[in-house]
Amino acid sequence: MAARAKSGTRRASAAKSGSKPKSPAAAKSRAPAKKSSRGSPATDFSQDQELEAYREMLLIRRFEEKAGQMYGMGLIGGFCHLYIGQEAVVVGMQMVAKDGDQVITGYRDHGHMLACGMDPKGVMAELTGRRGGYSKGKGGSMHMFSVEKGFFGGHGIVGGQVSLGTGLAFANKYRGNDNISFTYFGDGASNQGQVYESFNMAKLWKLPVIYVIENNKYGMGTSISRSSATTDLSHRGASFDIPGEQVDGMDVRAVHAAGDKAAAWCREGNGPYILEMLTYRYRGHSMSDPAKYRSKEEVQKMRQEHDPIEQVKARLLEAHATDEDALKDIDRKVRSIVNEAAEFAQTDPEPDPSELWTDILR
Amino acid sequence: MPVQVLMPALSPTMEEGTLSKWVKQEGDSIASGDVIAEIETDKATMEVEAVDEGTLGKILVPEGTEAVKVNTPIAVILADGEDVGALDGAVASAMAPEEVAPEPGVPAAKPEPEAEKKPEASPAKSTETKQIHPDESPEAAPEVPEGTETVEITVREALRDAMAEEMRKDESVFLMGEEVAEYQGAYKISQGLLDEFGPRRVVDTPITEHGFTGLGVGAAMAGLKPIVEFMTFNFAMQAMDQIINSAAKTHYMSGGQVTCSIVFRGPNGAASRVAAQHSQDYASWYSHVPGLTVIQPHTAADAKGLLKAAIRDPNPVIFLENEILYGHTFPVPMMDDFVLPIGKAKIAKPGKDATIVSWGIGMTYALKAAEELKGEGIDAEVIDLRTIRPMDVDAIVKSVKKTGRCVTVEEAWPQSSVSSEIAAQLMEKAFDWLDAPVLRVTGKDVPMPYAANLEKLALPSVKEVIEAVKAVTYKD
Repeated sequence: MAARAKSGTRRASAAKSGSKPKSPAAAKSRAPAKKSSRGSPATDFSQDQELEAYREMLLIRRFEEKAGQMYGMGLIGGFCHLYIGQEAVVVGMQMVAKDGDQVITGYRDHGHMLACGMDPKGVMAELTGRRGGYSKGKGGSMHMFSVEKGFFGGHGIVGGQVSLGTGLAFANKYRGNDNISFTYFGDGASNQGQVYESFNMAKLWKLPVIYVIENNKYGMGTSISRSSATTDLSHRGASFDIPGEQVDGMDVRAVHAAGDKAAAWCREGNGPYILEMLTYRYRGHSMSDPAKYRSKEEVQKMRQEHDPIEQVKARLLEAHATDEDALKDIDRKVRSIVNEAAEFAQTDPEPDPSELWTDILR
Repeated sequence: MPVQVLMPALSPTMEEGTLSKWVKQEGDSIASGDVIAEIETDKATMEVEAVDEGTLGKILVPEGTEAVKVNTPIAVILADGEDVGALDGAVASAMAPEEVAPEPGVPAAKPEPEAEKKPEASPAKSTETKQIHPDESPEAAPEVPEGTETVEITVREALRDAMAEEMRKDESVFLMGEEVAEYQGAYKISQGLLDEFGPRRVVDTPITEHGFTGLGVGAAMAGLKPIVEFMTFNFAMQAMDQIINSAAKTHYMSGGQVTCSIVFRGPNGAASRVAAQHSQDYASWYSHVPGLTVIQPHTAADAKGLLKAAIRDPNPVIFLENEILYGHTFPVPMMDDFVLPIGKAKIAKPGKDATIVSWGIGMTYALKAAEELKGEGIDAEVIDLRTIRPMDVDAIVKSVKKTGRCVTVEEAWPQSSVSSEIAAQLMEKAFDWLDAPVLRVTGKDVPMPYAANLEKLALPSVKEVIEAVKAVTYKD
């Protein structure tokens, strides 16, 4: 298992949260000594930033909990990969994105869609295979897109999105704009050959792409140490001279700081950047996960000590002296959005049978 | 005895070339391995090395001569001690090519590597002849206004012209692939494009098919219109996942939101003596997939008109070319913007006794067979499918309703072939009109062998087509 990088020193406010869950900074760091990739220090957030992060992460959390529930009720079929635990990664990164940037990821993609500003109703209705879903019910959990919001999927073949995301960056460079492709993939995908083919071209042609490796430590049921000859994935671009760093992916501020730096690098025309987000998924790989490959204690420990949402909440209450009622109000609003989405996803009709034959060719 | 130096072949498909320069002059002494001349084809240039020692006795073909046929004697080397007097006999025999011994010390032609992954066979005598097909007059096609003038160009030039015209028209069109830019194309299809459009739009990629295909598809999703050249479609197997899972399916999976306007093109099928890994015809593989359009042209006019249409098409298009056809010449309409409709077959030769359906290089067998059959009193109609998917089944059915018989011709393997699909379609849609079972003339069900005789056996032949047509017309 990859060691968590100590990604910053300015966590005092969170560490002082008393009975509140301990921050990762307070936990014993097991960062490897020879690390060349230094995590960006987590700069403090303003109250507004903390509130934004809290709201966005909570929306993903509650949405995914609801999706899990609906899957259990048989309302969602097929594969369903929940993002619970990893919320800080996409939320922190989206805080540095600007209009015209693109996001592309694999199949654990609901969080990315919500963070891109896609309508939870459309996402949930796609999960239930209804006509109001983003893909009219024809894509499902793993295949949703919103060209309007710059979200290019949702891809079901491990690693496939890495070449595609590199192509999005190629288009930016071709057009001469300063947009970036945020290309997400997991520790599992990081062993696919096309990832390195893409790294090579991205560096060769100086393409504006941030490769965000969401290292949640398990590719399906295989821990990274059982699948990967080297487990510091931030070094995976070394052969191509692509800079990379490990980031505490459970701390939205650290993600934001690293994303900011990487984005500036890309926008200045320096080519690709790798951010290895050390993160964790609380749920199984998909809904039918035997959970035999890791202990309950390990999961419990991550939840209690590193939960990205609890960290923000603690800081909001302590450092920013936010009124607890204000947070409860956010909770209520988020629940209501999710309930509305769930309601819509169950009442919206299935696609018309004629849709079987549409959208094959334009 | 004086040794003749013959015009070498740079590749198995080369038929002729230009003798651009003599590096050695008459009277110069020559050591084995010395470069004595330079030759050029439309694909590449190469140096001719001597394999014998001696003196360059006589230059038979002056520099600057174009269209020198492969195996034509170009010079005579005198062995040490021989004098000019010995030349007379040698030169005389050189002037009578039919007397030339098959292998009189052919100079070591040093083929420029097409690419690391595309090892060319050593120079071999090319058997196919460059030909103009009179039946292929595009005037027959309704797409061309009557009286339009034509120009004779090769399929190679037609493809290049199509790309250049579309790139001039649309800034979002670009070409990427291995050796497409500075090398001017492994098969010289992209010759001159780098000069005109620059490295931004003519992009040399690393040898990384899976990666650059995915990159191209991503760029297409972002709204660009890439033309991805595979050095051959054999290498596209590495990229199959991106072609099928990403390019073909995303429009559907996104409920119509994401489009992928991209052309995958390159030589497909057997060339000459390149063995099993470089000789596969992928038409049926791609034609299986909804979301893909598959085009396999035969003539230069179709290559040009359909490639232009493919580039403009908002969907992913597989454009299957053929190395042997690259050098074939056909009349192409001289029109400002010659575009052909995708999905339309054409009647290449009208007839009434039997229908021969083919496409791509299969048409060379089909047309020759039809010509010979005509001499025997069988008037076959030849349909050039041109597009494999969507298949113009109506055109085939219409013809079969007239003739009552059908033979298909293709170089690919028989099982699950395009021919099999045609047979199934005819069973469903023209069963009552069929007077004989549909017969398929295909490549043999074996990996492509290297040996010349075996390769010939593995491919279909004109004779097999003739036999099949006689069988369905009960004339044998």
